[in-house]
Amino acid sequence: MISESELKKVAKLARLQLSNEELAVYGKQFSSILEYFEQISKVETANVEPLVTPTDMEQNLRPDLSQAWEGAETAMANAPDRSGNLFKVPPVV
Amino acid sequence: MSEIFYTPLKQIRDQILKRDVKARHVTELFLTRCRDLNPKFNAYITLSDKALEQAEAVDKAIEKGEKVGPLAGVPLAIKDMLCTKGLKTTAASKILNNFIPPYSSTVVERLEGAGAITIGKTNMDEFAMGSSNENSNYGPVKNPWDESAVPGGSSGGSAAAVAAGMAAGAIGTDTGGSIRQPANFCGIVGIKPTYGRVSRYGIIAFASSLDQAGPMTRTVEDAALMMEVISGHDAKDSTTAQVPVPEWSKSLKSDLKGMKIGLPKEYFSDEVSEDTKKVVNEALRAVKEAGATTVEVSIPLTGYGVPIYYLIATSEASSNLARYDGVRFGYRSDFSKVPAADLEEFYSRSRGEGFGPEVKRRIMLGTYALSSGYYDAYYRKAGQVRRLLRDEFSAAFQKCDVLLTPVTTAPAFKIGERVSNPLQMYLNDIFTISTNMVGIPGMSVPGGFSASGLPIGVQLSAAHFQEEKMLNVAYAIEKALGAGGRKPNGL
Repeated sequence: MISESELKKVAKLARLQLSNEELAVYGKQFSSILEYFEQISKVETANVEPLVTPTDMEQNLRPDLSQAWEGAETAMANAPDRSGNLFKVPPVV
Repeated sequence: MSEIFYTPLKQIRDQILKRDVKARHVTELFLTRCRDLNPKFNAYITLSDKALEQAEAVDKAIEKGEKVGPLAGVPLAIKDMLCTKGLKTTAASKILNNFIPPYSSTVVERLEGAGAITIGKTNMDEFAMGSSNENSNYGPVKNPWDESAVPGGSSGGSAAAVAAGMAAGAIGTDTGGSIRQPANFCGIVGIKPTYGRVSRYGIIAFASSLDQAGPMTRTVEDAALMMEVISGHDAKDSTTAQVPVPEWSKSLKSDLKGMKIGLPKEYFSDEVSEDTKKVVNEALRAVKEAGATTVEVSIPLTGYGVPIYYLIATSEASSNLARYDGVRFGYRSDFSKVPAADLEEFYSRSRGEGFGPEVKRRIMLGTYALSSGYYDAYYRKAGQVRRLLRDEFSAAFQKCDVLLTPVTTAPAFKIGERVSNPLQMYLNDIFTISTNMVGIPGMSVPGGFSASGLPIGVQLSAAHFQEEKMLNVAYAIEKALGAGGRKPNGL
């Protein structure tokens, strides 16, 4: 079971504004999903190193060289709001 | 020319190279068909306005006698998860509704470099999270074999586009089955390459240790050809492997003498439908007739696949999707009337409004699994079981070359049938997710049809970087059963 306060804490950590209806639905669903997920506790994993990436690969670094790119206008083109070449946000303090 | 829509892409290329037909004409035919059929199937989110220009460039190069690539003039559908320079890329999300990428993904760059034409961007589950294509901001995709059925997901638009003859081939992405399951539901070939085989640069990230892009086509040979183009090391993705890329399309052979096919007993449970069992058995008979032998193997941890997959995938997603903050690109809530109280609200309101229900559910699950107090029991524990699962697959591949299994327990289900129960939807993925968790290549090859006429595929997988073995088995099944690349009734 996951409590409403716990759920609100997770939403805050995830930076997600959720309605009370969403919180109620997720709360109910999470209880059954997490209960199902609990079964992994039955697997014996003492001294097993977690597998983070599935293939064994070497550290693969490229030389740190500067390269020409499209320029500031291209980078700014998707901005929701801008002031010249600066990303503009509403005052929030 | 009406049959061109169901012609393998290699033949389309050959006709263009022989100058039997112009690339521009081929692209025009496909674009017209896309405009006609898209209202019915909703396979595309965006059609490219540069496709004809690209095709003309191919024609010009051929006229001048210049060398053109192995996909010259072939019209392809690209999942809207891959960035395409100057062409809107949404991940089927409201949060990227107006996003025009400033650069192309390596996969798209390589395809276009080989002469392929990007005709459009296909519909999908939002951020590739789903198995039915019902989680799209742009509405569900319909299965060309039965409009009341799902095409599968998350690459449902790519699968439907190929099955409906709205593209000669397509690119999908596969994090837990998102290429293989829709290929299986739509009667086409779909490959998830070995992790590290194909660059992830410029592909919108969902779960970085699981994501791979791959081809979705009418024939095994077409898929092999596309694999050759998109595979190989990329300096822009440090997880791509520095291993040679074989010419798979030239080495295909249906003689399977000496090949050992492993049948993991956990995949042949009572939950598998009679229709699916029948098709898998026909494929088994075909591979034996082609000279292969079979051996029973075991992957005992299969039953834990869904929990460890959903813990790892949602954890990685919650981290990857943190970048959508409404500041530099993407959706931003309207703060003109109700200002944000603080910076946190600025982020959380934009994200709360911009992401759809399934994406928010997974960000929440992942954040929970990574949060203090739960990390060891969930994320870390899942990673430990993941290693044990990989060990079990390695042991299985000591006894066989290729694993043959069902892709799903049953063929395509009805639209709306499973949307209200996320856990039931997650359990759909039980046969496809392990492939991603252990990083091996996997594919779906058409094997037959259900009693009601829905396509059913067969899943094949091999050890890391052993795509060739898997492709040969698929080729033998395709030759023997001839169930792939067919035209659905009414099209």
